[in-house]
Amino acid sequence: MRGERAGQGRPLPWRPRLPARAAYALHALLRANVLYRRLAEAVERHPRAERWFTAGEQVVKEQLFGCQMCGQCALPSTGYACPMSCPKQLRNGPCGGVSGTGQCEVYPDRTCVWVIAFERAEESGHGRDLDLMQRPVDHRQLGHSSWLNYWQGRDDSLWADVDGQADRPALTPPPRAASR
Amino acid sequence: MTGVAMTGGPMTGGPPPAGHLGAVLRAGQFAVTAEIGPPRDADASCIARKAALLRGWVDAANVTDNQGAKVRMSSLAGSLLVQRAGVEPVMQLTCRDRNRMALQSDLLAAGALGIPNVLLLTGDHPRFGDHPDAKPVFDLDGVQLTWVARTLRDDGMLMSGQSLPTRPRWLIGTVENPFAPPTAFRARRLAKKVAAGAEFVQTQYVFDVGLFARWLTAVRELGVAQRCSVIAGVGPIRSLRVLEFIRTGVPGIHVPDDVERRLRGVRSDKVAAEGIELCVETIQQVAEIAGVSGVHIMAFGFEHGVPEIVERAGVGPTARAGRSLALSAGNGAVDPACSLEDRSNAG
Repeated sequence: MRGERAGQGRPLPWRPRLPARAAYALHALLRANVLYRRLAEAVERHPRAERWFTAGEQVVKEQLFGCQMCGQCALPSTGYACPMSCPKQLRNGPCGGVSGTGQCEVYPDRTCVWVIAFERAEESGHGRDLDLMQRPVDHRQLGHSSWLNYWQGRDDSLWADVDGQADRPALTPPPRAASR
Repeated sequence: MTGVAMTGGPMTGGPPPAGHLGAVLRAGQFAVTAEIGPPRDADASCIARKAALLRGWVDAANVTDNQGAKVRMSSLAGSLLVQRAGVEPVMQLTCRDRNRMALQSDLLAAGALGIPNVLLLTGDHPRFGDHPDAKPVFDLDGVQLTWVARTLRDDGMLMSGQSLPTRPRWLIGTVENPFAPPTAFRARRLAKKVAAGAEFVQTQYVFDVGLFARWLTAVRELGVAQRCSVIAGVGPIRSLRVLEFIRTGVPGIHVPDDVERRLRGVRSDKVAAEGIELCVETIQQVAEIAGVSGVHIMAFGFEHGVPEIVERAGVGPTARAGRSLALSAGNGAVDPACSLEDRSNAG
């Protein structure tokens, strides 16, 4: 088959180019706070600024993580391996078709992104993150900046924590997380 | 054998599922399920013939959903035909071909038609099916689909938040592959599906009983086996060609070396019998493992062989009833036009 190229709408299992520890450190720098919130609000007031900001985010995250610009970033909960780069875009863990050597069912020359996510999360002490219940993707956010969404608290309900014996968490996020 | 009845927890929330399979599992009896692949045409009689071969020998039969990413009659219609033929269906539903709207409407339809069980899975990617040019949907994943189904049934609510005046009542099943990497995560992945609402799980083919038992230990330690009945997937390897195919051609199936040696170690005309013997032994071995609630026999194109396997293993409704139906020699083969050779991972 011809050379595979990742891109929006064409997910390819992606081995991140940033070590997990560096990614967690970067996240600490970008953690939501009131300054980032104001910045995000200011950027969104100006369509051209938002376009540039989003394009910048896309370039960085495509190179590092094979980002598909879903606009609702799961990276902090997946060992910074992008689940949207899975050909089935599974957000709750690997499918049953992973080969015995950990290769993707669809692209056998590539390692399953969930195998990568599991290794990275476990090695960096974030293994329990993979037990989070990831809610369905809101496809209206495709192409939007997930950083702007995150800084303004729109990402608060992307996943739900679940205790092994607890009741099923609510599938529909609380109203606060309604998309714009 | 220790069938774990599903008590407490998720079973107490909604209306009790109405089917026979659910009753068998709740009673802690050892369940037997098999599989019926719908035909690649509009022939309803084919399904009825396959169902007739299984009637009385299994507690329920899965009706597959475009198995192996190849177009067939829909699992909803297939389930209805299986039900009419006197076998309880388990309607499979994958995320490959439908977005969240279509998935919900098919789940509601299954409820309206009285389909007693649904089995929710991610599904194979279309790339290796008969329409590799198709758009893969995967709007939801297997965990989310299970979550949606449980919310429909127990909360009477669509994903949109709208309420359902009449709720579906099916039992909710899912799948897991204990043998695929990252194996250390596989019990936890099932735990997510159970947290989302799964009440029973059918596994990928078990050829490595030791590995399966270790996975089940992890499942039990997570407290999951107490809330979800575990049904082990088994099936006969009836030729070296099939052995080679499932080792190399089907994602996610693990065949250990000793199984391969055993099948290659017999005369070529004895491979089929050896494969069936191996399947019978596997059923008997997994039945001895604490926490196993049943077996799921995947024998595509060999539906006529399921009664023999079930009888020799001493499981299923017939064995439970203490009857010994003489295997009728006239069971014969399914006509080739409706036999299925596609095997595939459950996703």
